[in-house]
Amino acid sequence: MNDDIAIRINKVSKSFRLPHEKKSSIKSIFTSIGKMHGSYEVQHALKNVSFEIRKGEFFGIVGRNGSGKSTMLKILAEIYQPSSGSVDVKGKLVPFIELGVGFNPELTGRENVYLSGALSGFSTVEMDQMYDDIVQFAELEQFMDQKLKNYSSGMQVRLAFSVATRSKADILLIDEVLAVGDADFQRKCFDYFKSLKKSGVTVVFVSHDMNAVREYCDKAVLIDQSKLVTIGEPDSVAGAYTRLFTDESEAPKGEETQTRWGNRGAEFESVKVTRRITNKTDNLSMVVGVKFNQPIVKPIFGFTIKDPSGKAVTGVNNQILRQKTGSYKKGDKVTVEWRVSNIFSNGKHSVDVTIIGEDGVTNYDWWEEAAQFTVEKDIVTPYITSPDIKVEING
Amino acid sequence: MKETFRRLAIKYRYSLILLRQLVITDFKLRYQGSVLGYVWSLLRPLFLFIILYIVFNNFLRIGSTIPHYPVYLLLGIVLWNYFLEVTNLGISSIVSKGDLIRKLNFPKYVIVLAGSFSAFINLLINFVVIAIFMAIGGVELHWSSFLIIPLLAELFLLSLGVAFFLSALFVKLRDLNYIWEIFLQAAFYATPILYPLSLVVEKSDFAAKLLLLSPVAQIIQDARSVLVTTQTTTFESVFGSGGWYRLVPISLTFIIVIVAAWYFRRQSPKFAEEV
Repeated sequence: MNDDIAIRINKVSKSFRLPHEKKSSIKSIFTSIGKMHGSYEVQHALKNVSFEIRKGEFFGIVGRNGSGKSTMLKILAEIYQPSSGSVDVKGKLVPFIELGVGFNPELTGRENVYLSGALSGFSTVEMDQMYDDIVQFAELEQFMDQKLKNYSSGMQVRLAFSVATRSKADILLIDEVLAVGDADFQRKCFDYFKSLKKSGVTVVFVSHDMNAVREYCDKAVLIDQSKLVTIGEPDSVAGAYTRLFTDESEAPKGEETQTRWGNRGAEFESVKVTRRITNKTDNLSMVVGVKFNQPIVKPIFGFTIKDPSGKAVTGVNNQILRQKTGSYKKGDKVTVEWRVSNIFSNGKHSVDVTIIGEDGVTNYDWWEEAAQFTVEKDIVTPYITSPDIKVEING
Repeated sequence: MKETFRRLAIKYRYSLILLRQLVITDFKLRYQGSVLGYVWSLLRPLFLFIILYIVFNNFLRIGSTIPHYPVYLLLGIVLWNYFLEVTNLGISSIVSKGDLIRKLNFPKYVIVLAGSFSAFINLLINFVVIAIFMAIGGVELHWSSFLIIPLLAELFLLSLGVAFFLSALFVKLRDLNYIWEIFLQAAFYATPILYPLSLVVEKSDFAAKLLLLSPVAQIIQDARSVLVTTQTTTFESVFGSGGWYRLVPISLTFIIVIVAAWYFRRQSPKFAEEV
């Protein structure tokens, strides 16, 4: 292996067998004798992934939930074995997959420190030497002889982090550890990781937070649907990640469903909606493709957006806007784009889209919950909408 | 070569550190919250003895031909309880540490080994109580009493082997703990623990021979013979001396240990996915 490579991932695939009915009891074994090998599903969590991480790099792994990135991390940490391919790791690798792994609530803080230390490979003698530093760093001097179950969650995290930072690693794996704790604690964590980087430690960082990836990583890889999509500059990878959330929802084909009806004189072929909205999103963009199956004059296109509880937040159609549409022949195709100011509060919203006739009665295509989008803002009002509000206090 | 040795040293260093800490933790948690704490380790066999003494001296007179019958019984029960404890703890040990296994890579066998060691410490404490009653009852010791050490080693290995096998199988087959519980109930009566084996010999010589082929029965009877009384019915009294049958229980023990170790090693890389 080349000297400046810390981790080489070579054509790694990982699949899990998911039994349809989990055969972990005798009864199900008896009832399914003869077809015992037939009823499981193979889920491919990773398909033929290869990349290299250089020594001293702050390397990001990004991807959606269920994309396979956590499986990747667990393979790097040797918790899972790859189904095929190989992983070469040079140096001592310490996983930071969760803080406080192995902590026991019935033990005191002191006992947990020693237990946790043993899990990281430190003998009692070594822990004796580090103990005071650990307690001091966690700022928990007067609590060490209390049982862990009496600690607040913040105190537990501080203690766990303080123990974890003692590991002498060449390579550190971090999985969303930073999602816990307050902003102050997160800052402390990042400061620590940055100091590690300065001392030449390789950091592998799995995250959803593209700002963190942009800020800290030297290089990043995007994994989606079990495959490596792109690798390179954190900026371009973060961009590719964000684009994953703008995609099409599939129109149910054929007959009427409970959420879609109409005579299909005109029908929606596609509905594209921005999938993820944060404080930084300016507009919600919705683009629908419409196909005319018969000549229609001045159809009315409309939409309604519902919040997670199903209450309509807003909506509009051409009639309300006093906007006349044209005349269309059979086979014509148009796209309609709506841009809506980002007024939404957090949660999963759904979009209904409609095409009705000029008379306001003829229903060509009425599609409820044609698309969904998720709003994840740092700051929201406790009300149904959270528009951008400017506050000035004068005087 | 040197690199291999260095790696080996690092690998086992971790296991030893972990083993030690897990045994300590287990011991701390064992009597968690109870007022008398560790004292219960002594009190339990003590009260067990008192109950046995009352029952078998006054009501059930089945062991009256055997000298020091209450101590004889206590020894048998303590050894059986050790086997029971190691296998019962062992069976769920991997599954109950599932949370840890899913988040950290460490040698899994340490978990089973730690449970076995902490039960063994408990067994030694029980032996202190047995020794006290032997002294009070005036049981004479000989040089041959030291044979208890290899017998305990055999029991340790056997229980550990069974625990390894069960713990790995339980990950796949979650009914196993119930099956094992029933099996142990049956095995308790099929092993000469509460009754003297001589009672079985009177009824059927063949049945007595069959019972003694079980390693647990052999260990208990041999332990009683070397520690309490030579009137214990052992292999020699059933099969006659010098037979190759003598080797059956000890061979079984080794076969169980080897098969269990092989199975555990084969299964352990998949524990993280299956627990």
